[in-house]
Amino acid sequence: MSNLRSLSFDAIIIGGGGAGLRAALELAKSGKKTAVLSKVFPTRSHTVSAQGGITCAIASADPDDDWRWHMYDTVKGGDYIADQDAAEYMCSEGPKAVFELEHMGLPFSRFDNGRIYQRPFGGQSKDFGAGGQAARTCAAADRTGHALLHTLYQNNLKNNTTFLNEWYAVDLVKNANGDVVGCIAMDIETGEVVHVKSKATVLATGGAGRIYASTTNALINTGDGIGMALRAGFPMQDMEMWQFHPTGIYGAGTLVTEGCRGEGGYLVNKDGERFMERYAPNAKDLAGRDVVARSMVMEILEGRGCGEHGDHVFLKLDHLGEEVLGKRLPGIVELSKTFAHVDPAKEPIPVVPTCHYMMGGIPTNVHGQAIMQDADGNDQIVNGLFACGEAACVSVHGANRLGGNSLLDLVVFGRAAGMFIEGALNEGIEYLDATESDIESAMKRMNRWNESEGGETVPELKRALQNIMQNSFGVFREEENMQKGVGQLAELRERIANAYLPDKTNAFNTARVEALELDNLMEVAEATAISALERKESRGAHSRYDYPDRDDVNWLKHSLYFPADKRLAKRDVNFTPKTVDTFEPKVRTY
Amino acid sequence: MVTNITNFGRSGLSDWLIQRVSAVILALYTLFIVLYLLFNPGLDYATWSGLFAQTWMRIFSLLAFVSLSAHAWVGLWTVTTDYIKPTGIRVGAQTVIILAIFVFLVWGIQILWGA
Amino acid sequence: MLQVSIYRYNPETDSAPYMQEFQVDTQGRDIMVLDVLHLMKEQDNGLAYRRSCREGVCGSDGMNMNGKNGLACITPLSEVVKNGKLALRPLPGLPVIRDLVVDMGLFYKQYERIQPYLQNDTPAPAIERLQSPEDRDKLDGLYECILCACCSTSCPSFWWNPDKFVGPAGLLQSYRFLADSRDTATRERLSELEDPFSVFRCRGIMNCVAVCPKGLNPTRAIGKIRDMLLANAT
Repeated sequence: MSNLRSLSFDAIIIGGGGAGLRAALELAKSGKKTAVLSKVFPTRSHTVSAQGGITCAIASADPDDDWRWHMYDTVKGGDYIADQDAAEYMCSEGPKAVFELEHMGLPFSRFDNGRIYQRPFGGQSKDFGAGGQAARTCAAADRTGHALLHTLYQNNLKNNTTFLNEWYAVDLVKNANGDVVGCIAMDIETGEVVHVKSKATVLATGGAGRIYASTTNALINTGDGIGMALRAGFPMQDMEMWQFHPTGIYGAGTLVTEGCRGEGGYLVNKDGERFMERYAPNAKDLAGRDVVARSMVMEILEGRGCGEHGDHVFLKLDHLGEEVLGKRLPGIVELSKTFAHVDPAKEPIPVVPTCHYMMGGIPTNVHGQAIMQDADGNDQIVNGLFACGEAACVSVHGANRLGGNSLLDLVVFGRAAGMFIEGALNEGIEYLDATESDIESAMKRMNRWNESEGGETVPELKRALQNIMQNSFGVFREEENMQKGVGQLAELRERIANAYLPDKTNAFNTARVEALELDNLMEVAEATAISALERKESRGAHSRYDYPDRDDVNWLKHSLYFPADKRLAKRDVNFTPKTVDTFEPKVRTY
Repeated sequence: MVTNITNFGRSGLSDWLIQRVSAVILALYTLFIVLYLLFNPGLDYATWSGLFAQTWMRIFSLLAFVSLSAHAWVGLWTVTTDYIKPTGIRVGAQTVIILAIFVFLVWGIQILWGA
Repeated sequence: MLQVSIYRYNPETDSAPYMQEFQVDTQGRDIMVLDVLHLMKEQDNGLAYRRSCREGVCGSDGMNMNGKNGLACITPLSEVVKNGKLALRPLPGLPVIRDLVVDMGLFYKQYERIQPYLQNDTPAPAIERLQSPEDRDKLDGLYECILCACCSTSCPSFWWNPDKFVGPAGLLQSYRFLADSRDTATRERLSELEDPFSVFRCRGIMNCVAVCPKGLNPTRAIGKIRDMLLANAT
């Protein structure tokens, strides 16, 4: 296929969300030949939907705030499988990254003294859990993600970043040594397929919430980077760890920020009882998201759910008054009216735990370099491949991410990856060029779809996949049901391998994009399913009826899923931060 | 910044201001004429001619003519740039408009001061 | 059954655009227009439209529904359907790529032209730049723009001069930076706008205000820019 046109860059960043744009900005400033390749115009990326804020110890709400407290909360929130060197890096570098955003123009809300407004979020504490609730989440009303993404896009325009907008990355190209040397990508508008050569390929493709039937995630969150990396044979870390956000709007799945509870809202069951007081006597509604989501499901299962079918609970905000709602949560008022037909100033919002965030992903170090394991189980850097943002598992979120930590993750590690790649490019990178057959193998699945001549279509297969995941890998999990799910997925994989793309035209063929996305959903779903089945304990977001307790003896580890033989290995968690003492695992209560 | 050479004031801001000021002058002039006609129901040539023989009325009228010319130029220039896309036809139309406005203005001055 | 009439055009197979009729079974529910499109795409996989967040914040699915621009994902059928019928067309005034997908190039170019980023020539402090809540309040109603192009593509002035008139979306963003107490490039920004097209093609007909899915008011922002230009030049 030497007839493919090729494009060459020093670095190609796949994904135009917060992490991708932050990495791109760093590289564009350095003058490296960089391009952002995004399947949507960058401001349509899912970062735009982030509401509540970016958690960071900038010492605005509390002048004595300390990034170490934030680090403690993060490690505890992650149920102790967050890498402590990574959490240390994120929390200590965070303020710099947030101030940079402000200098770029991000319109943060303000306190009277002119400093950035911070609100309380779940799992936040002062003084390593001893000083009560902290207010550490920097916010631009309840549109922080929107403000952040637009600010980053704007500053990329300022720095003349090259954008390949509405281009879809199909698969990674590896050379004979197994180094990643670029990707195959399609210009969606024209259908042209191009070989993109690059010395550094950054996967910033975000999450994959669309593997579930009910999710707060955008329709574009199909785990494209995860799928590409898995097909290229690279392992995935902690893929069983999926966060179910306590407050997705019942029926619609759209997110209602944790900031609602941060501003004083709380959850009630059908008796009007503030039930979180029973489950988390101290933090109450601001306990970790996994804890709140499980408590909600318990209430529903025990018959105290609200509504005709008793299948949701209520989020009460009316006591906050119209002024606070209008000033601090204007977007939530809009969303509630549109999707729940409820005015939160008058009535409570019906909510239910909804798939929200993938804690797992491509294992990386703090520089964004992708990691695999050699035959002896030692970490090994993957040459040429980088990941940041939700697609990556650094891991700062461990088994459960704290609210507001994802935006911080994006900018801190996007920036870190950009800085590292700049340095590496300055030192000089040379990899073998990809051969015809290397490119050919990256073209395989694209060709498969283009040559398909009949079979099941994409929408029905996608629905089947989402239902399997929803039914077998939800908030509570259990061996038998997961076994069943894994079996169904194996069967589904066969069906997808024989599926049919009826429309083979070139101009803006969204059906082709959706077909290619389905392959990625399949990869993510299977990695999730097998990892969940194999982790025989309950930790953070992964809760099993059959193994209800945390098992630190066997599972104080990352899981590492290998796609070639669908095997789950373990990888050590880092317990050696550089400047603070190790946070030893403790029983996690709120 | 979009450059233009055929609009009246060479800047959108001055065009905009001229359009508004001239509109006010034209409104006052129109109001004056309407009221004058209302309060002089049996108007004859001598009275009408007498009105225009006074210097202040001639100045007021000239001001209105100049305003009308500027107002028309700004307005019609805008219309031509909106709806006439081929450059040759547009420049042609603009030239015709400018010439016509010039002719009407000079003619108007001649009527006012000529007699 | 809902009768949907939708604009179809595939440059590879159609010589000209046409309207196609669909019967969609909504099961009597008051779903969003985007949900209707999903149901139609299951009938005809080749139907092309943009979508992403499906909650009205990404700005992908701006389109013309029964004659009015809006976001399909937050427009319930009860708000647009007339006499059991729904007509869907691409945003007016921009070149059509395929079906409901338009080429937004001109729209983005006008956005880029107003230098949509904070400019401040003073050295940045070690922490954030301070801004009073009152100064921050001035950005409300401006920064929330999602670049969906509903406003600019409902504006006749933008239809006639999309290459010269910045359009309501771009001007709203222009004022977002003019109004920011942290931005120091006010003079430079204004000098780029005083020509007869960039701002002054606005005739104040407020189509933009009528369609903005976020409830923003570009006409008011344009008025403020005009006031600033006037104050600066007289």
